[in-house]
Amino acid sequence: MSDSKLMKGNEALAEAAIRAGCDGYFGYPITPQSEVLEYLAEEGRQRGMVVLQVESELAAINMVYGAAGAGKRAMTSSSSPGISLMQEGLSYIASAELPCLVVNVNRGGPGLGTIQPSQGDYFQSTKGGGHGDYRLIVLAPASVQEMADFVYDGFDLADAYRNPVMILADGALGQMMEAVSFKTYDPKERVPEKKWATTGKTPDRERNIVTSLFIQPEKMEEINKRLQAKYKVIQEREVKYQLTTTDDAEIVLVAYGLAARICARAAELARHRGIKAGVVRPITLYPYPYDVIRQLCGHARRFLVVEMNAGQMVEDVRLAVEGRVPVEFYGRMGGMIPPPEDILEQIIRYSENQPGGAAPAERAEVHEIMER
Amino acid sequence: MENMTAQRESMESVWTKPETLTDTRMHYCPGCGHGAVHKVLMEVVDEMNIQSETIGVAPVGCSVFAYHYMNVDMQEAAHGRAAAVATGIKRVLPEKIVFSYQGDGDLAAIGTGETIHAANRGENILVIFINNAIYGMTGGQMAPTTLLGMKTTTTPEGRTTETQGFPLKITDLIAMLPGAYYVTRQAVHTPNAIRSLKKAFLNAFRYQQARKGYCLIEVVSNCPSGWKMTPVDANKWMEKNMFPLYPLGDLKAEGKLVERKQP
Repeated sequence: MSDSKLMKGNEALAEAAIRAGCDGYFGYPITPQSEVLEYLAEEGRQRGMVVLQVESELAAINMVYGAAGAGKRAMTSSSSPGISLMQEGLSYIASAELPCLVVNVNRGGPGLGTIQPSQGDYFQSTKGGGHGDYRLIVLAPASVQEMADFVYDGFDLADAYRNPVMILADGALGQMMEAVSFKTYDPKERVPEKKWATTGKTPDRERNIVTSLFIQPEKMEEINKRLQAKYKVIQEREVKYQLTTTDDAEIVLVAYGLAARICARAAELARHRGIKAGVVRPITLYPYPYDVIRQLCGHARRFLVVEMNAGQMVEDVRLAVEGRVPVEFYGRMGGMIPPPEDILEQIIRYSENQPGGAAPAERAEVHEIMER
Repeated sequence: MENMTAQRESMESVWTKPETLTDTRMHYCPGCGHGAVHKVLMEVVDEMNIQSETIGVAPVGCSVFAYHYMNVDMQEAAHGRAAAVATGIKRVLPEKIVFSYQGDGDLAAIGTGETIHAANRGENILVIFINNAIYGMTGGQMAPTTLLGMKTTTTPEGRTTETQGFPLKITDLIAMLPGAYYVTRQAVHTPNAIRSLKKAFLNAFRYQQARKGYCLIEVVSNCPSGWKMTPVDANKWMEKNMFPLYPLGDLKAEGKLVERKQP
């Protein structure tokens, strides 16, 4: 770690983009992610990158479409309202199967909302966001180090699957400073040949067309089937998560990004009090780690999902758990960050089984009695 | 001997399809200007021998399938975003020749922001703008360039300034921007007009090769189906009604505004 530096999350991400061989960055200022554009405008340009501040997020995402379609590594970054504007472009990019990286430094909404950190864009990021059936691969960093690392992973995944990848961070991860080191990475070894790209039709090949328009419904269904088959492979291969003291956990917290870090501390505090608490941290939000959550139902008596929103990922946890054990939710909204003590309070409350319903074991007993 | 010469002369080819125009049957309506514009554009690509370095961007509108007919690498853009897509391509492949091909709704309504800013940045691209004062693809609704009094499916009583405002002369607007190097208004209703358009395409591609900056070629065209006229009547109507508001000729040449009489 001799080369480690103290950097803001946004700047670490921007530095990693240069090192990952990003050819073109197109962006529009918005708090709390403007440092990405600013850092690249200076450092990126000096190191040969195309960096353009453009008229809107609409223009930015469509420039990414053009540059990615031309076979180059392209990216944009924004925060929630700007990402909403990009949804049209993301749908086209997903349909045309263009590899690119989009960063959302999530702030509080809805509407113009607040510039403070939030996880309110989980639905928009993981369920498609724009029109039609498509998915982004979504990576959720929880540290400044991961803000950097996930840029390389993001570009690699995008190229491997010809699919847009989103890094879903939040305002705190973008703004806070931590030590970060940059790994050795040679883009020349990592970027695959892109024979489909529009680089000019040479006599040895047919013309290349980048499009999302397939007017015949039979053809459009075929395209959809291909996309779904690709997403299935992504679900099988690319799920990533982190488990903290879940082996014997009776109460399992599920949280991603910044909330997961706070939950890890809350679980530690709970352990000091003799409560067997653990944390599942999904690292990929799409594909989602349904299986690992389902498997934990064996010894977990209860799940507590903690998010900086009104309860979005909790729906995926419920899909995984399928009613086997209770799934509770605790969230803060509008840019508020829950402190570990507040989460601990929730853990204690649920471990003492205060709110509604019997514990699963008791419920099974009741069921048995009713059967007789 | 004389007979053979005469025969050879009579067999002389007087019209050929450009190599870079595909054999695909066009979906355009009879009398529509798109076919002629496509042909002249590809003719210029042939003559300049730039097929292998040319990348086109198709819009949403009647010419959404332009890439079916143009045998060059192409990208299909979202509605109105062609200038942004072209910018993305050109910025990462500055040695290539990049053009967008857009209609009046795409370029001057939903894509106004992208259009103006690409011009203002002086993007080194060619934007081809087909202005037929109507939305053809969706069945004849009002366009930003629809003339005052003109009847469309969404202005059944004719366009009025009170309700729909004025026809947008976006080409004139763009000519005012310092980033625009060459701005011209052309047509395809006569052989002379087609020759003039061809010259404009040649100019624009040469300027792009010389990195002169943004070029815009507006083609004032017809829409027999949308206007509900025969092709011949449509062209007559266009000359009589469109040309006074959208007069043909250069608006800006070599970065300098051209003095023109106000219509």
